[in-house]
Amino acid sequence: MTASPELQRQMLRQMQTIRRFEERASDDYRNGAIYGVVHCYIGEEAVAVGVCSALDASDQIISNHRGHGHCIAKGADLNRMMAELYGRVDGYCKGKGGSMHIADFAIGMLGANGIVGGGLSIVTGAGLAAQMEGKGGVAVCFFGDGASNAGSFHESLNIAASWKLPMLYVCEHNSWAANTSSKMTHAADNMSDRAAGYGIPSAVVDGNDVMAVYDAAVEAVARARAGEGPTLLECKTYRHRAHTERAGAVDPRPAEEIASWMARDPIPMLVDHLKQQQGQFSDKEFQAMDDEIMTAVEASVAFAEASPFPAPEAALEDVFAD
Amino acid sequence: MSMREISYGRAGMEALVEEMRLDPKTLHLATDAPPDLVEEFGASRVRATPIAENAFTGIAIGAAGSGLRPIVNWSMVTFCFVAMDQIVNQASKIHYMFGGQQTFPIVFRSSVGGGTSLAAQHSQSPYSMFMNLAGLKLILPSTPYDMKGLLKSAIRDNNPVLSFESTRLMGLKGEVPDEDYTVPIGVADVKREGSDVTVIALAWLVHEALAAAEEMDKEGVSVEVVDPRTLFPLDEETMRASVQKTGRVVIADEAGPTAGAAAEIAALLTEDPATFKALAAPPKRVCALQVPIPYSPSMENHVFPDRKRIIAGIREVMAAG
Repeated sequence: MTASPELQRQMLRQMQTIRRFEERASDDYRNGAIYGVVHCYIGEEAVAVGVCSALDASDQIISNHRGHGHCIAKGADLNRMMAELYGRVDGYCKGKGGSMHIADFAIGMLGANGIVGGGLSIVTGAGLAAQMEGKGGVAVCFFGDGASNAGSFHESLNIAASWKLPMLYVCEHNSWAANTSSKMTHAADNMSDRAAGYGIPSAVVDGNDVMAVYDAAVEAVARARAGEGPTLLECKTYRHRAHTERAGAVDPRPAEEIASWMARDPIPMLVDHLKQQQGQFSDKEFQAMDDEIMTAVEASVAFAEASPFPAPEAALEDVFAD
Repeated sequence: MSMREISYGRAGMEALVEEMRLDPKTLHLATDAPPDLVEEFGASRVRATPIAENAFTGIAIGAAGSGLRPIVNWSMVTFCFVAMDQIVNQASKIHYMFGGQQTFPIVFRSSVGGGTSLAAQHSQSPYSMFMNLAGLKLILPSTPYDMKGLLKSAIRDNNPVLSFESTRLMGLKGEVPDEDYTVPIGVADVKREGSDVTVIALAWLVHEALAAAEEMDKEGVSVEVVDPRTLFPLDEETMRASVQKTGRVVIADEAGPTAGAAAEIAALLTEDPATFKALAAPPKRVCALQVPIPYSPSMENHVFPDRKRIIAGIREVMAAG
């Protein structure tokens, strides 16, 4: 199944929204309006958008420390996201989480996570709940090649395979675990070869080609809905930025490696594809789309700035549920 | 209320069966699926997991966040250390760091304590490590009645609750009502009233403290035994009231003393001005020696506190003032 022209435009819009949101978040982090740390997803947008476009609203996803793209792709509200980054009461977590802990359970976004590999088993529990509910729901995990070396990856895939849980494990293979090359941490070229060891199918796709990601996700999601169990989908991609946006952050990646991936930027790739395929989409149309996105990002900043900081005593709330 | 006598271990199983009947959202995860539960509730709700504590602890968190009410049995507390990332980084903080937008009702059961020659790894009482976190409730029942009532409360609670269950007490019998009942989390129980000295004792040591109290009674010393039953939240009011009445306190714990539950209880008592003023003697801790637990009974028995050491502790605080 190939994405319709309509869906392709929608995917482009989401990818560009992620990029513009994060460019603004990075600027605001550097100028001090956003605290802590920000990890940008820029360059990897096609993975979150391609996968989430294959999902229903009621399906669930879990993210990691580089989570803004997954949130936006699943339909999170930019205003509440930006307010959370700004540490304000109207943020998704009322200012208690920040960039690494944005969640929106109402849209099936089970949270970003500061522990690499931490979300793998949690979202497998969402898959178990979906299986027990029996309504065809699917749960998706976004994780990196770094997390694929953690024990939680192996334990979770083994259980999901044994119980035939309706899961899709999406490895965003960007070849760098923070500042360590995957060449130093695993021997096989394709992490997804491990799927055979769990008795589940896998696929390797160009993670910068949103259509390829989408097609592979549609197939895996259909398998999961049909009760045929999990799939491991490896998306080869790359982040354009350093591990974090911290000023002077170390980035040991070779300049030529960065340049070769920048030349395969997923957004221009999709724009070109749309132009060639339809002959209708134009730079002007893309510009209009981008203008709308910039307006929405600006509005999210205005929303965040207008939202008050939490009262200091609010630190004592929400430790326990009633 | 009509009562019947059942064991501490059986009381735990009864709590599970009754609560799983009441709420179809409950499910059970453990490396061994209890046959009683499988038979009644089926293999979908009573899952035998691989020996992968980190994963099935996380799975419980995700299932809870998706509307289920998982009951996890780690078996021995030892095995939960394999899942510490999920307990510490996820379960204890997930409600808070997401701004309270979702509840995570989960019960994690495990056995604690020693006295059975299982050596260092399988004879641990590490509950104070979890008291140090914010976001987990901790129960530590000492009788079949408390086991069933506290576990039912834990299953009905909308937060992660860790249930620490004493290995030495599994066969202990006691009266339990036929009817449905709960024991509230966060309420201590005065197991024996007395007027000269308070012994605050945890789990198995509640019974050693009761035996010590009978001994001391013969010498004309009246001992009150208080069982906190819950380590978080800790019922400081009941403990302070007892110590204000008696003026002396011995705190007995099967864990080592360093940064332990007994240390926290001593601090809660002494930093309260009214309790501090009422003290006729310094508080006395009677805990395990601060070593890994050895295998051979000659050494193991030396390391753990018992009724004799509680009696020695009582004599010490009686002599001090």
